[in-house]
Amino acid sequence: MKFLRDLLDKQKPLFEKGGKLESLYYAFEAGETFMFSPKHTTGIKGAQVKDAIDLKRMMITVVIAMIPCLLFGMYNTGHQHLLATGGTAGLWENFGEKLGTGAFLVLPIVLVAYAAGGMVEAIFAIVRKHPINEGFLVTGMLIPLVVPATTPLWQVALATVFAVVIAKEVFGGTGMNVLNVAMTARAFLYFAYPAQISGDQVWTYLGDKMPVDGFSGATALSVVYNAGVDGTQSAVEALASHNTALGSGLYEFTNLFIGWIPGSIGETSTLMALVGALILIGTGVASWKIIFSGFAGAYIMGFVMNLFSVNEYMSLPPQYHWVMGGLAFGIVFMATDPVSAAQTEVGKWIYGLLIGMLTVIIRVTNPAYPEGIMLAVLFMNVFAPLIDYYVVKANKTRRLQRATV
Amino acid sequence: MGRFSKAHSSKTDMSKIVKLKKGFDINLVGKAKQELADFAPAQTFAIKPTDFIGLQRPKVLVNEGDTVKAGTPILIDKALDQVMYAAPVSGKIVEVKRGDRRKLLEISILADATIDHEQLGAVNIASLDRDALAAKLAASGVWPNIIQRPYGIVANPTDTPKSIFISAFDTHPLAPDYAFALQGQEKYLQAGIEALAKLTSGKVHLNVDGSKPTPSVFADLKGAQVNKFSGPHPAGNVGVQIHHLDPMNKGEIAWTVSPYGLAQIGKLILEGVYDASKIIAVTGSELTKAAYVKTYMGASVSTFVKGNLNSGHVRVISGNVLTGEKISLEGFLGFYHNQITVIPEGDYYEFMGWAKPTTRLSYHRALGLLSFLTPNKEFVMDSNGRGEERAFVQTGVFESVTPMDILPVYLLKAIMAEDFDEIEELGIYEIVEEDLALCEFVDVSKHPVQELVRKGIELIQYS
Repeated sequence: MKFLRDLLDKQKPLFEKGGKLESLYYAFEAGETFMFSPKHTTGIKGAQVKDAIDLKRMMITVVIAMIPCLLFGMYNTGHQHLLATGGTAGLWENFGEKLGTGAFLVLPIVLVAYAAGGMVEAIFAIVRKHPINEGFLVTGMLIPLVVPATTPLWQVALATVFAVVIAKEVFGGTGMNVLNVAMTARAFLYFAYPAQISGDQVWTYLGDKMPVDGFSGATALSVVYNAGVDGTQSAVEALASHNTALGSGLYEFTNLFIGWIPGSIGETSTLMALVGALILIGTGVASWKIIFSGFAGAYIMGFVMNLFSVNEYMSLPPQYHWVMGGLAFGIVFMATDPVSAAQTEVGKWIYGLLIGMLTVIIRVTNPAYPEGIMLAVLFMNVFAPLIDYYVVKANKTRRLQRATV
Repeated sequence: MGRFSKAHSSKTDMSKIVKLKKGFDINLVGKAKQELADFAPAQTFAIKPTDFIGLQRPKVLVNEGDTVKAGTPILIDKALDQVMYAAPVSGKIVEVKRGDRRKLLEISILADATIDHEQLGAVNIASLDRDALAAKLAASGVWPNIIQRPYGIVANPTDTPKSIFISAFDTHPLAPDYAFALQGQEKYLQAGIEALAKLTSGKVHLNVDGSKPTPSVFADLKGAQVNKFSGPHPAGNVGVQIHHLDPMNKGEIAWTVSPYGLAQIGKLILEGVYDASKIIAVTGSELTKAAYVKTYMGASVSTFVKGNLNSGHVRVISGNVLTGEKISLEGFLGFYHNQITVIPEGDYYEFMGWAKPTTRLSYHRALGLLSFLTPNKEFVMDSNGRGEERAFVQTGVFESVTPMDILPVYLLKAIMAEDFDEIEELGIYEIVEEDLALCEFVDVSKHPVQELVRKGIELIQYS
């Protein structure tokens, strides 16, 4: 690697103060520190040694935790395609073809998200003269995982640029943002281009093929919602009998849990989200409190709905909320974003719990939004500082009371 | 005590037992062997005004070429001029070193072969009133050992503190074992406690390590409330202990003294001399021989380090790796430091250093950080900065190494924003740099935490 180092050392003066390309220093720096961790040492005073962790390593841990979701999502995209077009029956038949189709659809989305977002990052870093933020390593992977594989690439690019600029850079970059950047990207698509990210037609890639007779592209969430409106059969029955044209049990609990269902690329599999959660909690990168209380909140609210049971949706066994839609993915990867989440330990419990509860409330009671996790996370992002405010205030009050006793 | 601090304490006969869970022990290679090394004695000694935080207007009382005795005043702070900063040894003033804008850096003394002390007269504590005792201590050279909370500055002899705290153990990396370093000093420690008891309106607290039997040097001391603290670092930090015993509130003043300082005070009381001799730990992975050595405050470290190195490119630290200060090979031991630590200098690039699996010490377990698998291993750590400074991203980590009911990130952000009310309300009176030093170590975003703490203290102190 010496030749690389020599090359960098040779070019470095160009980018440093007084060099020709001084204005591009932070772009150079990003590349340099990506390849070589810097050689600067600790100061004269203060801690003389530092922990081996840095932000890059932390961020890449999150990216690694998403890989199971990404791989599963790619395969499932191909699987759903063949299933809907009558190309296969078994899960593991046509393995290569499914993975190929999935990769063909998903990888360009990943690339576009990284390229578009990276470009915005670089421009802002150069103009605003701050280092390029590692946070984008995560955002660039999150955005592809929360959109359907059929999303037009230009929309991916547009949403990414919008989210990085409006949700992050205007606040000062990673660490300063209020909203989760990836969720903002998804919300942008949802409200700007609803035709490509909602309804029954976008979740399964059909390509130029015709779907099999009796195919329905509806997601589990909309099936359950319609069951609630119809009231002719229970929500669980409606799920079980849905889309039998593709084989029975598509929306049975186990299948929903594993994730062999249509949906956004990375969010269909609760199982893979839990694998990610295991990585994030095991490495200590994400707060287990948020994840645990998020799932608990959804269950509790599902249970409360059961108590009222005004319609079939409200009677749905609470555990179904865990496996339908993007709840698991959202709680594991979006709610735990440390910057936009509550930052106090007590606050994390409240924040997670409310995200879970709100998601179920939106799902069950709001006809406009079949999925609630996106809005619940964004809503709680906005409220996280308020939760923290009261937790911090309690800390101050304890200190003050002590003084006056 | 805060509802959320994971400590539980119980009262037995007034003294407290506090078990702390939060914190982190940094185990390093190069622990001092419990023996006195026969290093060549240090020749020169220095008083560095920069060691005394809050010393505002230093005035040198001697000139180059003057001869002094141990205990001769050589420096005062014109803002607190009853406190004398005395020569630790007898000898000749060889240099009064100044830096930019004539900032006073060092007053160095070439020591005599045998140390001659100023005879200040033994003190009968009972016969002096409080103020006379304080004045006596202030004039003798031992006073700067007494530190005021809040702010961590040299105490003002005219204040009466609500209590005085002594931490009888040091949990910093490679810290000296007081039981060894202070052996035989029992009677001086006892006299020191008696003197301090007279200076406070409250109690003298002696906080011992609750995880092992109290060493004999502290076991029989009387006149102090003995409290037991156990847990990982920073359980030995006096600031943490104060938080759990009698926390600092706005407007209150407490004092702290290290056992080294306590022994000095006791020696002045009993023998009437300023004896700055002390046994320090010479530690660190880069030393061939890590052991204790008997010397004086402000010793030049070169004779302990040169010829004792097993590698060439090193950093010499006065103090420990968390709160110490980088000095040169010819540098001097800091006034408050009882150890030197020698580690490798870390000025190297590392290819893909942020992604490679590593066995380097980390409090975290993120991808590729493997040190959590070997919790009892002793590590070699160098001075590499380990990545660039970033905005705060990760949360909850600082809290997990701070065994106090304090929210470090909020406090630090308030300091950055210079929000005076917030700084005060979030607990600036309860901390000094060392209490959040672990935060600086574990920080993913590499903030200069200790520098910020001092900035926050100064904002409040001088507002």
